[in-house]
Amino acid sequence: MPASLFYTDEHEAFRTQVRKFVEREISPHIEAWEEAGAFPRELYAKAGEVGLLGVGFPEAYGGTEADGFHKLLLTEELCRPGSGGIVAGLMSHGIGLPPITNMGSDALKEEYVPSILRGEKICALAVTEPSGGSDVANLRTTARRDGDHYIVDGSKTFITSGMRADVITVAVRTGGEGMGGISMLVIDGDTPGLTRTPLKKMGWWCSDTATLYFDGCRVRAENLIGQENEGFRGIMQNFNNERLMLAGMAIASAQVCLDEAIAYARDRETFGRPLIKRQVIRHKLVDMAQRIQSARAALELLTWRVDQGQWPIAEVCMLKNTATQCMEHCAKEAVQILGGAGYIRGVKVERIYRETKVLAIGGGAEEIMKELAARQMGL
Amino acid sequence: MKILVTVKRIPDPDASVKFANGAVDTSSAKWVPNEFDQYAVETALRLAEDAKSKKRHAEIVVCSVCPAAQRQHITTFLAMGADRGVVVDADDTALDSQAVAKLIAGVFKKEGADLLVCGKLSQDTEGNEVGQRVAGLLDLPIASFAGGVTWDQDGKAMVVSREVDDGVETKKVPLPSVITCDLRVVLPQSVKNGVTPDDYTYNEGPRLASLRGITMAKRKKVEQLKPADLDVEAGSAISNTGVNPPPARAAGQIVESVEQLVEKLATEAKVL
Ligand SMILES: Cc1cc2nc3c(=O)[nH]c(=O)nc-3n(C[C@H](O)[C@H](O)[C@H](O)COP(=O)(O)OP(=O)(O)OC[C@H]3O[C@@H](n4cnc5c(N)ncnc54)[C@H](O)[C@@H]3O)c2cc1C
Repeated sequence: MPASLFYTDEHEAFRTQVRKFVEREISPHIEAWEEAGAFPRELYAKAGEVGLLGVGFPEAYGGTEADGFHKLLLTEELCRPGSGGIVAGLMSHGIGLPPITNMGSDALKEEYVPSILRGEKICALAVTEPSGGSDVANLRTTARRDGDHYIVDGSKTFITSGMRADVITVAVRTGGEGMGGISMLVIDGDTPGLTRTPLKKMGWWCSDTATLYFDGCRVRAENLIGQENEGFRGIMQNFNNERLMLAGMAIASAQVCLDEAIAYARDRETFGRPLIKRQVIRHKLVDMAQRIQSARAALELLTWRVDQGQWPIAEVCMLKNTATQCMEHCAKEAVQILGGAGYIRGVKVERIYRETKVLAIGGGAEEIMKELAARQMGL
Repeated sequence: MKILVTVKRIPDPDASVKFANGAVDTSSAKWVPNEFDQYAVETALRLAEDAKSKKRHAEIVVCSVCPAAQRQHITTFLAMGADRGVVVDADDTALDSQAVAKLIAGVFKKEGADLLVCGKLSQDTEGNEVGQRVAGLLDLPIASFAGGVTWDQDGKAMVVSREVDDGVETKKVPLPSVITCDLRVVLPQSVKNGVTPDDYTYNEGPRLASLRGITMAKRKKVEQLKPADLDVEAGSAISNTGVNPPPARAAGQIVESVEQLVEKLATEAKVL
């Protein structure tokens, strides 16, 4: 009998390989990278070489066809060192590239996709602006047609891999107000007029985050992704997948918290007995496991539904909230169980505790998820 | 050139060992490939390929003695890049090393292979026997515990180095022959084949299989043989009389002073 409805032997074989990659290339360095506020650029090439960057992208451009569970387990394994920053940074093409592969012209795909999947170029997605991230339909960065170029003016903020990105997928206003005037452009990192400033954050330290300024940037018209003024749908479709992945990250991070808390509670003795023998602590652990179990059940089911071609938008919104709430709970309890040790830098649960909010805000904040779900439910 | 590589499944060494009825209980074990066999496959791949152009100069066949339905470990090796597989369908847990060696020797002959590359031992039983027994059965030269391998294509030989107590010993074994691999063979420059530039640096350790490799592995040919196809009677001359977990360790003591420690070592532990 199969051990899972969703995972096959092939998935497990892939999981083993990813785990080895993470143990070899990431875990030994993660603390130093987090403290340094960056991880080396070569990691992209290393991940590209073993095909990790190409999972789920078209074969024709150097990727490997994969289902949602390959992508999910890749995310889960990358979360094991307890740094969401490495996942967000190393995989920033996971949100930056799909608009190009899903809607871009063949020429755009040929030009940009292979080098990104090989880890030679870094790709970022820039939607959020200083004036607001939730209200995507009212974004203000403009792209004005000038002959066979667009002239881009405006700014983007909180952009993951923003400082290092060579290729930036940018949401711009090409038309009138509202969602009907939005397009997506591929903008090269070395475009004159593009400047960037780094942002310091509560968590995700090893991932670089930036504000980007576009000041009269000339961008070839061929770099338009899909049709002019039809970018909004692509952005939303991209968000749906991002939310599924963010939910995966949240649940995997919650699992790390649980594992760390169990290990500590077994080891730590207080008043002459291991912590894990205390009912208060045991119940805390079960409560964490219980939430993880529920969130994971929903995650797997929705991953399967999306693989079937369904668009369960409300459900994915609710899942993102379930997952990030689960993570917030587990991080809080894990730090508590570790006591003072949980408050010391270099401990996974301390790091994860600082990463709870970014998952509850990024890719669509909790309140926005509820609004969107409510609308989908016809409320 | 055809390289045969042996691979064994073992119970996950990271899992805790279960005991039942005076034996190790593997009924619920997760089976994983033996680590040293991963070094063997990596060695074979480095011998066979031009690391720059990825062209192959030798065929790599992976061979495992295991129940045909449990050959997941072979898929992993095919995913790393071996060309095809041979499974000898038998319950490996019921065979002794000599029976396994006979089966592998049978496959080696049937394939007409030029080189057998094995791990130096399997992590579960740590026997360190199969490679040597196969060499004995086939009357082939053997170089065991390889830490470095250089293919001398002109001399039709392998130059194999290994660490010994007072340094590194190097031998040249004419093909066909047998090599068993130690850990150092997967260091970045341990294997040279005369095709890949000698200064080429591999990543340390056995290579990882990509998702594409894993997908492709399912399409690679795996031949299934029975021991009878190789004229071998699969069995064991060894019977296990019992396996028991080691006694639980008594709790440690915290001593107050060096004097007390010395006294306890002398009177309680009686080691002084
Ligand atoms: C570390 C990090 C990395 C990021 N990476 C990227 C990236 O790579 N690319 C990118 O484009 N963006 C990125 N973001 C931006 C992220 O997606 C936005 O922060 C998010 O969408 C929220 O937008 P905002 O911060 O402008 O908040 P706002 O939209 O200003 O919202 C502020 C608060 O008000 C709430 N709110 C807003 N509107 C309503 C309403 N109508 N009713 C009730 N409540 C409301 C929100 O839920 C939120 O709690 C990143 C953010 C962070 C923190």
